[in-house]
Amino acid sequence: MAAMTPTPAPTASDAADTAPGSGAAPAGATARTRAPRRRPRPRVWRGAVLLLAGAYFLVPLLASFVFTVHVPGQGIDFEAYTELLAADGFTESMLLSLGLAAATIATSLLLAVPALVAVRLGSPRLRPVVEVMCMLPLVVPPIALVTGITTVLRWGPEHLSRTPLYQTFLAVQDERFPVVLVLAYTVLALPFVYRSLDAGLRAVDVPTLVEAARSCGASWPYVVLRVLLPNLRASLAGAAFLTLALVLGEFTIASLLGFRPFAVWIVTISGAHARMSVAVSILSLLITWLLLLLLSRAGTNPATVSSAPRTSPTSRKES
Amino acid sequence: MSPSTPASHPEGTAGGSTTSRRRRRGPRTWLAALPLLAFTGLCFGIPLGAIAFGAVTRTDPSSGATRLTGEHLSRSLQGPYLDSLIGSVQLSALTALIGGVLGVLIAQAVVTSRSQALRSAALTASGVLANFGGVPLAFAFIATVGISGVVTQLADLTGFGWNLYSFTGLTVVYLYFLIPLMVLVIAPALDGLRPQWREAAQNNGATGRQFWRHVGLPVLAPSLLGGFVLLFGTAFAAHATAAALVGGSVPLVTLKIADALSGNVLTGQENVALALGLDMILIAGLVMAVYLPLQRRSARWLR
Repeated sequence: MAAMTPTPAPTASDAADTAPGSGAAPAGATARTRAPRRRPRPRVWRGAVLLLAGAYFLVPLLASFVFTVHVPGQGIDFEAYTELLAADGFTESMLLSLGLAAATIATSLLLAVPALVAVRLGSPRLRPVVEVMCMLPLVVPPIALVTGITTVLRWGPEHLSRTPLYQTFLAVQDERFPVVLVLAYTVLALPFVYRSLDAGLRAVDVPTLVEAARSCGASWPYVVLRVLLPNLRASLAGAAFLTLALVLGEFTIASLLGFRPFAVWIVTISGAHARMSVAVSILSLLITWLLLLLLSRAGTNPATVSSAPRTSPTSRKES
Repeated sequence: MSPSTPASHPEGTAGGSTTSRRRRRGPRTWLAALPLLAFTGLCFGIPLGAIAFGAVTRTDPSSGATRLTGEHLSRSLQGPYLDSLIGSVQLSALTALIGGVLGVLIAQAVVTSRSQALRSAALTASGVLANFGGVPLAFAFIATVGISGVVTQLADLTGFGWNLYSFTGLTVVYLYFLIPLMVLVIAPALDGLRPQWREAAQNNGATGRQFWRHVGLPVLAPSLLGGFVLLFGTAFAAHATAAALVGGSVPLVTLKIADALSGNVLTGQENVALALGLDMILIAGLVMAVYLPLQRRSARWLR
């Protein structure tokens, strides 16, 4: 069966290529007449779908670009881009967002990698617990999480003002580097980090690798840094990319807690500098695209965003 | 070195390399998972507890006494709040349905095409576009089909009654990140639909429609439903796009919560925001409770 099945597909396509008219096929054999007739139709259908989709996804990008460079009545003008760096608050908000992203990536990976490796190595019974803990944030929309966070933060002045905890509450909400955002973003990023790392770990036989390295005399730090992490490179990069995209684009939590990272800044300037806000939006998309391309180069497997494309090859490997 | 050694001396100090690892492995690995569990408990559990607690209690400002009440929850299911919940559910269901169907069509077109370049380009683009939600997306659409947008002026869309800052407008914008999400989710499932099945059906005399009716759709059904549910959840939780786009002209529960939190309502209504948050968590939890088993089920055939 397995040896037979690949053959009909090439013959059908060959027939379609060499004899596009279905009249050439012998009328007696139903299977043969259907094969050449069926081929050209999906091609038209596919082309139409892809064309429409391409138009829908490209037109807003192109139109936005035209919007930023074309001033009605004045012609082409790249002011929106050239003035960007000098714009009030651009550098600060960008640096804040990048700093938050770096801190979030570091925190989430430092939390998730040891836990996931440990669950694979020695505590399989903890696995469902860790999985549920990591996936639960998917159930809580950011806007709902932020209602909880504001309530908790209000406890600081209301109930804890005489305890040393109060200082912690203040420090966490520091304008220059709001740690509370790092904590919230880490919670939001955990499901994605978990899925990416879990898919990566599934493709690697962790116990065997560890035992091999250990019996060759490697120390535990060496095992983790030089044996496990290189094997997880693609999924670590995927997790980092997802977290970066999440933090750079996050608006809800930051704006409602009153901080001003990049996404909030775009909204605040949109009233006075509409052109510039659109220019920044396009740039942020291009930056994301560039990062994803770099990432798919770095990893063997293009670290696609959803877990689904990543898990399917690994699960195939397992079965 | 005997298997019984670790069990009888669980607290033994480091000895030979193998035994010491065996002995230490149990407690040590458990400790490595502890920071993660502690973190989620602290940074996720406490806010969640605060939502649940605040949604069902009322604190008297003068006496400071806290008592249990259902008024916040019942108020969150009345009047404008109920409208916003219904609006959110309607928008999410509509966009998830349209996005799901279009996403499947595009994914099928990409998967069945023999061009590897098209395939990888489409999947990468989907990965980026699925993340291109929020504020930048809203501004890109304002520049394109907003009141003074490029396409609006070129094609005179306003003459056709087009308005970006409406339910329809929001639908079109949401589809921009929901369709790529559906492509990402459903492409592996379509890949798993083996050509052999189709050939087997054809050899038995089945038409294309019969193949989809009796083989294709049943195999894909869990993935399709799972994708729909995921899209619904994503659209339901989306706030930034709507906030940057429509402000308050379309009733959405996320916008209502943001209003209540930033104090645009009567005082004493913060707890209604918590109750609305709880409503959202319940709906999203329901959605995920449907999604996760479906995902597991779809993995059975498609490997």
